[in-house]
Amino acid sequence: MLSLSRTSWLEILAEAWRVYPLEACGLLLADRSADGALIDESGQADRPIQRFVPLKNAANSSRVFQLDPMGYMKVERMADDDGSEVVGVVHSHTHTAAYPSATDVREATMPLVPPTWHWVIVSLAWGSPELRSFRVQGQKSDWLLAWGSDSEYKKGSEYKKGTDKWGIAEEQVWLR
Amino acid sequence: MSAVTVRLPTVLRQQANGQSAVSVAGSTVGEVVDELVLGYPDLKSNLLDEAGTVRKFINVYLNDEDIRFLDQLETTVVEGDEVAILPAVAGG
Repeated sequence: MLSLSRTSWLEILAEAWRVYPLEACGLLLADRSADGALIDESGQADRPIQRFVPLKNAANSSRVFQLDPMGYMKVERMADDDGSEVVGVVHSHTHTAAYPSATDVREATMPLVPPTWHWVIVSLAWGSPELRSFRVQGQKSDWLLAWGSDSEYKKGSEYKKGTDKWGIAEEQVWLR
Repeated sequence: MSAVTVRLPTVLRQQANGQSAVSVAGSTVGEVVDELVLGYPDLKSNLLDEAGTVRKFINVYLNDEDIRFLDQLETTVVEGDEVAILPAVAGG
């Protein structure tokens, strides 16, 4: 479950509109020492989101995003220093609904992209913005080390909205 | 040979005994990476392909500079330098 403050939600929305019609992106941080007090239906314990940090879209595109690598590195360092942890990534869709594209699924399931991350998508395609959050399903850590002969990885691209096989699935969002 | 610090993202720490940074010796970034995977063999398949080159979805930095804009793995390191390794994060 994604627990997001109304302030963070407004900051995400502000960033999405600020860079529109390009895709916006950024990272979500949680306090490393906070209890994973929120247990959703799947039994997953998640820490509430402490803040949203916008990053430059290095792809400079209205169709794709790439986290500015230097910015990402600086956020990781800041998180190490202040006791927080990157727990998710946010990006906007400017022309489509707030569901993962095939590219999103492929990238979310890349080796080394943390498998526990929240993948938050905000859509500006219609009058009122919508926000959804997704998580990679399956034992990604098992195949992090089996990259060379990885058949599970390919399945990620087979995700279709509403199907819940291996890939990425919607999670509850709690605005606090 | 210089002792440099390698910073690891959360997702790789498990394969480095839970450490967020490790001290590694080398005279180039490439030597540092080789030494790193020698010390922590579980990291190897995540960082390097079969040919021993750094995987394309991984970014390597030396003191906040992407090594692609330096001399890649041939970039010289000096005592106290910091190497950081991070995945590329993208989507559509």
